[in-house]
This record gives sequence, structure tokens and C-alpha cells, in this order.
Amino acid sequence: MLLIPCPWCGPREDDEFTFGGEADFPRPAEPEALTDEQWADYLFMRDNRRGRHREQWCHTAGCRRWFIVERDTVTNEILGAGTYGGSP
Amino acid sequence: MQFYSLPNLIRRGLRGHRDWTPAWRKAQLRPSYDVIIVGAGGHGLATAYYLAKLHGVTNVAVLERGWLGGGNIGRNTAIVRSNYLWDASAHIYEFSLKLWESLSQELNYNVMFSQRGLLNIAHSEQELHDLARRVGANRLNGIDAELLSTEEISKRVPVLNTSPDTRYPVLGGTLQRRGGVARHDAVAWGYARAADALGVDIVENCEVTGIRTANGRVTALETTRGEIRAGTVGLVVAGNATVLASMAGIRLPILSHPLQALVTEPLKPVFDPVVMSAAVHVYVHQTDRGELVLGAGIDAPVSYDLNGNFRIIEHVLAAVCELFPIFSRVRMLRQWAGTVDVCPDASPIISGTPIKGLFMNCGWGTGGFKATPGSGWVFAHTLAHQEPHPLNEPFSLDRFTSGALIDEHGAAAVAH
Repeated sequence: MLLIPCPWCGPREDDEFTFGGEADFPRPAEPEALTDEQWADYLFMRDNRRGRHREQWCHTAGCRRWFIVERDTVTNEILGAGTYGGSP
Repeated sequence: MQFYSLPNLIRRGLRGHRDWTPAWRKAQLRPSYDVIIVGAGGHGLATAYYLAKLHGVTNVAVLERGWLGGGNIGRNTAIVRSNYLWDASAHIYEFSLKLWESLSQELNYNVMFSQRGLLNIAHSEQELHDLARRVGANRLNGIDAELLSTEEISKRVPVLNTSPDTRYPVLGGTLQRRGGVARHDAVAWGYARAADALGVDIVENCEVTGIRTANGRVTALETTRGEIRAGTVGLVVAGNATVLASMAGIRLPILSHPLQALVTEPLKPVFDPVVMSAAVHVYVHQTDRGELVLGAGIDAPVSYDLNGNFRIIEHVLAAVCELFPIFSRVRMLRQWAGTVDVCPDASPIISGTPIKGLFMNCGWGTGGFKATPGSGWVFAHTLAHQEPHPLNEPFSLDRFTSGALIDEHGAAAVAH
């Protein structure tokens, strides 16, 4: 079980949250200008990092806001959390 | 290789069982091989075996970071079936199932393959329609599949609660009679022994730390036991596929998640087939020793941790008690997890890569065990000929660019 530090509500149990995958890959501004390879890279390819991992969470059963968590994917240790634009 | 047979058992038994030799050698690592397979799990060892057996490629090493069979081959719930929806998957899983049917004889090693039947149950009209569609698709592909009514299910598995008063009543289901279970450790050991007998070097405690390339070709692997040269490398490392591929600068569409399973104390035999329910997400069978083996779902967050979230266990046990009230006071013996490599379309990648000589066999996600023999067969072909076997051609890495995905979420989402 993870204790996830929501920047607005504080630490809560993980069943209040929805996992939103890796952070830091914004939707391309002009998808129609991309090659098939670039589009596939955006849609499907992931770093899937073993170790430090920046990821998105939504406090679904709480404030319903999205935020960023940094977590170690081997130990599940939460290394930090923050809002978009601010560093966690 | 010492042949395992009744006369041999008696002969050696009379001599006090003193002259049995280990099932495989502790191989000495050599500086160069024709083919290196990374990962001594079921798929990797099967690949090595078929490379040596069918293609005459015996200058092969199988490198393993930990111990042989310590990954997902020893962590799955041992279920074998081939009732997948799309042609590409149906063909490769059915090819595997046919190999399973003679695998013990092929390897001279008892993998305890038991075709006790496999029952998918439906709890909603929609699910029943989906299952009926899959039965039709299976039959068109020559795979045995039949629709069962609630009464027929109740007759087959009397301990299943088929009362209409439950929260999720059983409305019907499908049966694959040729499906069943196998002893998963024996599959790894059997392939290892047979591959070793054909000259394959299996090297444990040897972690790959880098992949050397020159002019777009793989040339060598850096390992914790030094550099090993090879012109052809196959990565068969399941949950760590992304880690290995990134050493060669290749990006994969794979996410790694913990998948848990549990086993109970032994009970007297109470039901025969594997029972799976996608709606409440549980799959359960009773082993020959009488234990119930319960499979759970994956943790939602990406993780390489080998514990898994306790919440998932609560969920699967709640579902089991709902379906089988008789099991409500059975005690759990142990729980474990494996790291599964999940693809966006729930289908594997058995493919070449942009780097010549470097091949991947990964992305089996939650359901790779059943495919072990067929996966090894087609991957051996791919490595030997440097091009895919017709059965794994659709499972290329390119499909994520072309859009030709093989969406097996319906057939793969549960019953791993």
C-alpha cells in the first residue's frame, strides 16, 4: 500500500488515487506534422524506468486534482510530490 | 544426458541411486558465442533448446542474472489455454498448446501437463455475448471451445455458487477442454536439461550491464563476468525488457507491473477445471496436491517491486469467497509477485529491432506461461534465420508504428 502525498490534501492511502502514468511527455503541438515513428513514440513508447520515476496521480476520491509524484519503482519509496510547473 | 525411464529408475535404484548426475552442467563461460540469449526463464530456455534441436545452432549461451527459473516462469499460476480472439494470437497460442500436449515426451521430463479443462464464466449479458463471439472465433481457427449454460457449469463445478441471488450471478460460460495447467518449474528445468544436453551453455549469476554495437550491428554484451562477443543476441527478460533495450537505445511500449498470486493450504479435491472470471477478476485451480492457486490482477502503478499491493489480495479473496463460499475459511499459505511486461495491446513482441542481430521476445505481460513452447519455437526460428517465423510476423515492434495492433484485452485481461 502506498501513502501518497497529495499537495493539497496531505498524505492519503493509495485507493483514493488514480495512477496516471509517466510524467513529462506533453502532447505534441502539431500532431499532423509528425512522422508515424514520432507519433508512435508519443502514443506508446515509455521510459518505464527502474528506479527514480516521475509520474502523474489524480486524487480521484479527494480534491480530484492532478499532480506529480517522484517514486522509486524498485522500493516504492515516495521521493517527493509537487504540482505541475513546480518541481516535486 | 541420463535418460529418465522406469527401467533406468529401477536399475539405478538397485545401485542405491548413487550414479545420477546433475540435470545440467555448470557451464564455463566462453568469450564468444554464435547466439546469446539473455534470461534463463521458460521462454529463453525454450528458445535455446529449439535453436539447438531444430536449427543446429549449438554454440549458444543463456545468461541469467539470478538463478535459472527464478523469474516469471516460477511465479505464474501455471495455466495453459489457447482461446484467444484474433487469428494472429489464436495461431501462436494454439501452436503452443499442441507442443504442450507432447512436451513431457519431447523433453524426457515430466512437466505434469494436465488438460483438466478451463472454464470462463460470465456475469453479465454483455460478457456472455463477448464469450460467445470468442467461441465462434476459436472454432473458426480450429480451437476447441464450447458455450455452457449455468446448469452445465454447476454440474461441472458444484462448489461454484451459481445461485441467481448473488451480487454477480453466473449467467453462463465457455469451456476449453484441452486447456489446463502444467508444473511451471519443471518446464524451465526440462528445457534447461534438454538444451544443455545439446551443448548450450547456461550461465547463472551473470548480469548484462551493456550492449555493444558497431555500424548498427550488435557485437558483444558487457556483463558482470566480462565482455562476451556474439553476432546475434535475443533479449528474453520479461519485466526488465525496457531496462535491457534501453542499453541499446531502443524504446519499447512496455510497462512493468507487479502481478500477484497466492496459494492455500491443501484441501481434498473439490473441483477439476481452472475457473476464471473476468468480471470479478479471479482465476483459480486446485493443484494435484490439493492447494488452491489463486491469481490476482496487476498493481496499477508501474513498479519492479516483488511484493505487490495488499489491496489486490483483499480484492481477489473477496471475489473467491463470493464465487466459492466453501473456501471462505481456507487459510493462505503464501503470496508472491512477479514483474510482468505489459504491452498496450496485451500481445507480445517477438521481433527484430533497429539494431541488426538484436532481437526481443517480450511483452507477454500477464499471460506468457502458456506460450512458452511456441514462443521458444518461433523465436529460435527468428534468431536462426534473422527473420520472423510466419507465426510471429504479426508480433513485430513495427506494429506500434503501422497501427496493426493485436488487441487481446478481452482474452488476456484475466486468467494469466
